[in-house]
Amino acid sequence: MQKTYDVAIIGAGAVGTAIARELSRYKLNTILLEAKPDVGMGTTKANTAIWHTGFDAQPGTLEAQLLRRSYALMQDYVPEAGIPTEPLGGLLVAWNEEQRQALPALRDRAHANGVTDVRIISPEEVYRLEPNLNQGARGGLFVPGESLICPFTLPLAFATQALLNGVTLKLNFPVQNVRQGEGVTLVEGPEETVRARYLVNAAGLYSDEIDHMLGHYDFTVTPRRGELIVYDKFARSLVNHIILPVPTAKTKGVLISPTVYGNVLLGPTAEDLEDKTNTATSEAGLAMLLEKGRAILPRLLDEEVTATYAGLRAATEHKDYQIRLHGDQRYVCVGGIRSTGVSAAMGIAEYVGELLAEAGLTLLPKPEFKTIRMPNIGEAGPRPYQQPERIAQNPDYGRMVCHCEKVSLGEILDAIHSPLPARTLDGLRRRTRAMQGRCQGFNCQAHITAILARETGQSPRFLLSLDVAKELPS
Amino acid sequence: MSIAQTDVLIVGAGPAGLASAIQLKRQGVARVTVVDREPEAGGMPRLCHHTGFGVWDFHRLYTGPQYARRYVALARELDVELLTETTIIGWHSERALTFTSPRGLGAIEARAILLATGVRERPRAARLVPGYRPRGVFTTGSLQRFVDEEHLPVGRRAVIVGAEGVSLSAFMTLTGAGVAVAAMITEFPRDQLYFPYAPAKWWLMHVRHPTPIRTSTRVTRILGRKRVEGVEVESLSTGQRQVIPCDTVVFTGDWIPEYEVARKGELTMDAGTKGPRVDGQFRTSAPGVFAAGNLLRGAETAATSAMEGRFAAGHIADFLAGRAWPRRRLPILPQSPIIWVFPNTISDSDDPTRLKRVTFRVAKFIDDAVVQVRQGHKVLHEQRFRHLLPNETMGMKGNWLARVDFNGDPPQVILAG
Repeated sequence: MQKTYDVAIIGAGAVGTAIARELSRYKLNTILLEAKPDVGMGTTKANTAIWHTGFDAQPGTLEAQLLRRSYALMQDYVPEAGIPTEPLGGLLVAWNEEQRQALPALRDRAHANGVTDVRIISPEEVYRLEPNLNQGARGGLFVPGESLICPFTLPLAFATQALLNGVTLKLNFPVQNVRQGEGVTLVEGPEETVRARYLVNAAGLYSDEIDHMLGHYDFTVTPRRGELIVYDKFARSLVNHIILPVPTAKTKGVLISPTVYGNVLLGPTAEDLEDKTNTATSEAGLAMLLEKGRAILPRLLDEEVTATYAGLRAATEHKDYQIRLHGDQRYVCVGGIRSTGVSAAMGIAEYVGELLAEAGLTLLPKPEFKTIRMPNIGEAGPRPYQQPERIAQNPDYGRMVCHCEKVSLGEILDAIHSPLPARTLDGLRRRTRAMQGRCQGFNCQAHITAILARETGQSPRFLLSLDVAKELPS
Repeated sequence: MSIAQTDVLIVGAGPAGLASAIQLKRQGVARVTVVDREPEAGGMPRLCHHTGFGVWDFHRLYTGPQYARRYVALARELDVELLTETTIIGWHSERALTFTSPRGLGAIEARAILLATGVRERPRAARLVPGYRPRGVFTTGSLQRFVDEEHLPVGRRAVIVGAEGVSLSAFMTLTGAGVAVAAMITEFPRDQLYFPYAPAKWWLMHVRHPTPIRTSTRVTRILGRKRVEGVEVESLSTGQRQVIPCDTVVFTGDWIPEYEVARKGELTMDAGTKGPRVDGQFRTSAPGVFAAGNLLRGAETAATSAMEGRFAAGHIADFLAGRAWPRRRLPILPQSPIIWVFPNTISDSDDPTRLKRVTFRVAKFIDDAVVQVRQGHKVLHEQRFRHLLPNETMGMKGNWLARVDFNGDPPQVILAG
């Protein structure tokens, strides 16, 4: 008889991993299923890397409520797990009269959401906070609680902690069908079927398709592409806060924000697509970003571009999260998390736990819930190369492999041999920052490919996807 | 943190750094320390497994690795202290740098510092080429590390972006690894494989592996999700776009100095070269801090870098012997389409008679050009050129430097007609 899990979670993004972690506190057999070869590979990995207060959410919505709850939960979790973060604060800058007039309503909305420290500031104060801004700012709204966060480490922390507390993780498991049996749900992958009593759908861009498999047509996910440009670390001194656009009816602006790695982000664009896999950047998108960037912070464009990327948000036709309990099916749908998944994940996870309990799942706390501490890849805390005591213990922490990001051989080996190991070059990138710096792997990619191949026994041809290319003319 | 002492600290053990260290030793400087972040000294020539090195410095023809070994051996013979796997992470004081290494952290204080940290090619992202981010996108440097350093497979069919000297280097690495080259593409109306590359181009790209060079063409997109499946290119003359199927793309040239240490030290940087501003004696804006080699202005040959390192050594030795640091400096500013001028600073204590030549680069092919140097309304120098070529260092006379007025505006180098 095949094992029946208590809960199966589909999707290991920020939300799915947070739910897995939440359920791992209890005496449950939980399985986390992910289509991709690693966790955090969808919307979670390609966004603006901001830990939002939820100040601008529509008051009274589930999104507003869960963002606020999550913000409180993360106050404890982020430092405990060592997630890179920097509490810089956000600054919405009004560039014209229409935007300036929109500020009081935004402040009132923030206050209604319980973010009471949000205040309107004068143009003089805007320039005092951000002296490098272009001329013409009419005023601003200061949101002290907005922070930078590492969107790579967060789902890795959730998933690693879930694993340490007994959750089973199955990667490379694209769900093909879901069937309901007597008291049990069958989740079919390409090679095997997983049986579970309760099902959670946290499939992000694909959450509507999973929902259809269970017979529901409550929402449709439209992938909304956001392209971003990452500037060199030497741009970091130009920006002190997260510079946010003022949302108005007509325009959708872009933000300029430092990252926890010491770069500066410019973006995102917002473009509704049909293809849920189209994470390509575009000529028009990048050109638009450069134009907007020049208008906000002219000197930013003098610095080198380190990277460009595009992510897809799971937008729906609704203005709120699509979280629903279908008690008769022992099924919770967690869809339409749009662009706030990283910030709201812990609140969502707690709420999903409550919904599962409501559907009859017994949540008995385990006597021990193991905590974790993630390796620091941010600039605010010490990195191994800066710590003499760590290098003395293991000289590999002083042996630089990626020079741009100062990633040591020790960190690369740690990531390859961690409880949730890096199996791909991309997995190593997100765990260590290697190959993400200004040379984009000019110096280190070959060496790292060789190390990864050697340590994991995978062939370099596989790691380099050399055999997936189509027929080529000779 | 322990602080070691030395006379001259050199950052970067490539041709410029090593040639400078060797010359300093020969001139009797007692303690010369060269640090390099790589596990092996020798710099970029270590990656260039083809011939063409050493004619100027050793009067012999070497491959890149042989040439690098020769420099390292000479430095060792002369008792230069070589510290590899040593990454400079910041400035401890005006003339001391902090480092990390497998031996731990530390600082090295010197009487003079020479930065010779070299250069890299702009990767795909920095060139804002849109599309997916598949595997199979290289620079010449990363390609050479794949093929010659780690012996990894690269692909079957490649497109080379760029058609200058380094692009030919990529061509040789690819064909040597059994990769077919579908095309070399350049935005310029002609390739930039000038002498001495022209004979090699003819032999390699016409006779041995006939390969088209597509001129007036730019890359507009990379196709493929996991692995490169092609590049979309656009003809700049017709606007027509077309996909060239390939599984490998190599972005060559488009140099950017490795300026991290220089900028962390807040040296004055030059907008044209993107390297630190130096005068004719390789002096940066910080007293006692010199810079030489490709850090100054993108890539020249190893021999040019070595020569600069050697010349810089003479000026460093003079500084150690008590020569005063200049009090007044004026930048020399290029105007488009002139990209950079070198030296890009003139100091009041420069000896202009020693600088016979000022070099510069232009952004496009220009025939029958007149280059002028102006200071305010005064024309300091005017020189005619039959052809100005992009991706090639051009030279003009340097005698005008003696006519610069230090109370005036910065001299401007312009294209007059």
